[in-house]
Parts: sequence; C-alpha cells; structure tokens
Amino acid sequence: MKGFYVAPYLSILIFIVIGIGLVLFTFFLARLIRPSHPYPAKTINYECAELPIGDSWIQFNPRFYIFALIFVIFDVEAVFLFPWAVAFGQLGLYALIEMVIFILILFYGLYYAWKQGVLKWV
Amino acid sequence: MDAPVSLVFWILSFIIIVSAFMVVSLKNIFHCALFLILCLFSVAGIYLLLNAEFLAAAQVLIYVGAVSILMIFAIMLTSQLASKRISQTNENKLVAFFVCLMFGLSTLVLIANTHVWRYSAQALPEANVLTIGKYLMTDFMLPFEVVSVLLLAAMIGAIVLARKETS
Repeated sequence: MKGFYVAPYLSILIFIVIGIGLVLFTFFLARLIRPSHPYPAKTINYECAELPIGDSWIQFNPRFYIFALIFVIFDVEAVFLFPWAVAFGQLGLYALIEMVIFILILFYGLYYAWKQGVLKWV
Repeated sequence: MDAPVSLVFWILSFIIIVSAFMVVSLKNIFHCALFLILCLFSVAGIYLLLNAEFLAAAQVLIYVGAVSILMIFAIMLTSQLASKRISQTNENKLVAFFVCLMFGLSTLVLIANTHVWRYSAQALPEANVLTIGKYLMTDFMLPFEVVSVLLLAAMIGAIVLARKETS
C-alpha cells in the first residue's frame, strides 16, 4: 500500500540515477581515451581563450542580492499557486478571484520595487 | 515499510548525514553551500517517503531553489568570504563538538525513553496537494490572503534595507 503512493516518483528516481550515471560514465570514458600531456598553461582559468585577469573568486555586484531577495518572495508565491492549480478544477470562479487578489497584493511589491528603482541596472 | 521504500530511506539518510557533515567540515565555504543543497534535496526525498507530497515540493522550491541561491549569492557578494585569504574553519571546534554531542545524546535518550508515540488517528489524504488547495481556497481563505500581505511586507522591508545599504 505504501509503495502505491511512491510509485509515480519512481520515474524521478530513475532520472536522477541516469543523470548522475551519465556524467560519471562520460568522465570515466574521457579519462580512458584522452592523451595525458599536462603543462602549466592548461591549468589556468578559461576566459574566452584570453589570458585571465585576476582571480576567479571575485566579489560580485551587491545589486544582485536584491534580485535574489525578490525572487525568494515570488518563489513562495509559486508554492501557493501549485495547490491552487491542482484544486482549481473543482473550485471555479471563486478561487480565481481569490488568487487574483493574492497576486495583486504581491504585484504591488513589484511595482514598489520598480518605482524605487531597485530593478534598474546601473 | 516494504523493502524498496526502506532501501530508499537508508540511502537518503546516508546522503543526508554525509552531506550535512560535509557542510560543517569542508574548508571552502562555497563547497559547503553546495553540499547544503544536496542535504536539503535529500530531505525532500524523505518527505516524499512520508507521503507529504506538498511539503516535498515546497522543500525543493523554497529551500533547494530559493534559500540556497540566497546563500550562494551572499557568499559570492562577500569579498572576504569568497576569497581564500581568511580562514573559514571553525576555531571553536572542540566546544562545538561537545555541544553537539550533548544535544545528540539528550535527543537519543529522549527517543529511547518515549514508549508511547502519538500518531494522528487519521491517515494522510491520498492527494494531499489537492486537499491543501481546496482548504486554502475555502476554509482558510483569510489566512491565505494575509500571507500575501506578509510577503509584501517582507519584500518592501528587503527593498528598504537594501537601498539603505547601497546608498
């Protein structure tokens, strides 16, 4: 009985196993057939075939962070959309109005962010 | 629990424990964040085994998708953390080990001494995403709309704080 619930997720498990297996297999195959001639130029970072400037561990622009924060908020919104979409067939127009109100309230946040200019890239 | 489900449970538990250990023991904090994602993803698998479909989906969407991105951003935006110049190991290793040991032992003692486990008399509904959706739209309509106000407050707060920091 327990296995009955889990069964639809078996395909996801197979996908994960094949996905990991394919990467490992390709690396193994590459190791088998590639020639081995290591020299210092091979170990430097790849930067469009030019000589790289500075370290690869650079500090990114802090402006990225506000985009990540707004993304988290809308991600939580998506979590609420998910059960709504599943149950929508049995609920009808009333549920649609409720979700429109929900999204409109959140949309004001996006409008506020836009107005404040945090979405502008300088 | 039948055999394949229990096998998946043991594999997931192993991945969770190993990756959680990697999170606290690796030298590069960026690698720690990657192992944290693996750990959280495996926890979603445990939720699936408990038939908590919605919780598993929320775990993948929010923790694996959003919170981990926030952490990786925080690491990459902090110049001192991303570079390898400063020491990223915990200097209070011994104290931390002692505290964790005590916490783990007390939890184990508590589990061992609990003889009557409380279960819900009702089984989990088969399609729990559907049930949650239905209740959100009918019985819990007001809390559902208040959630959006809460999220709005969080977003505006984040924007105000971020603007103050950059200007």
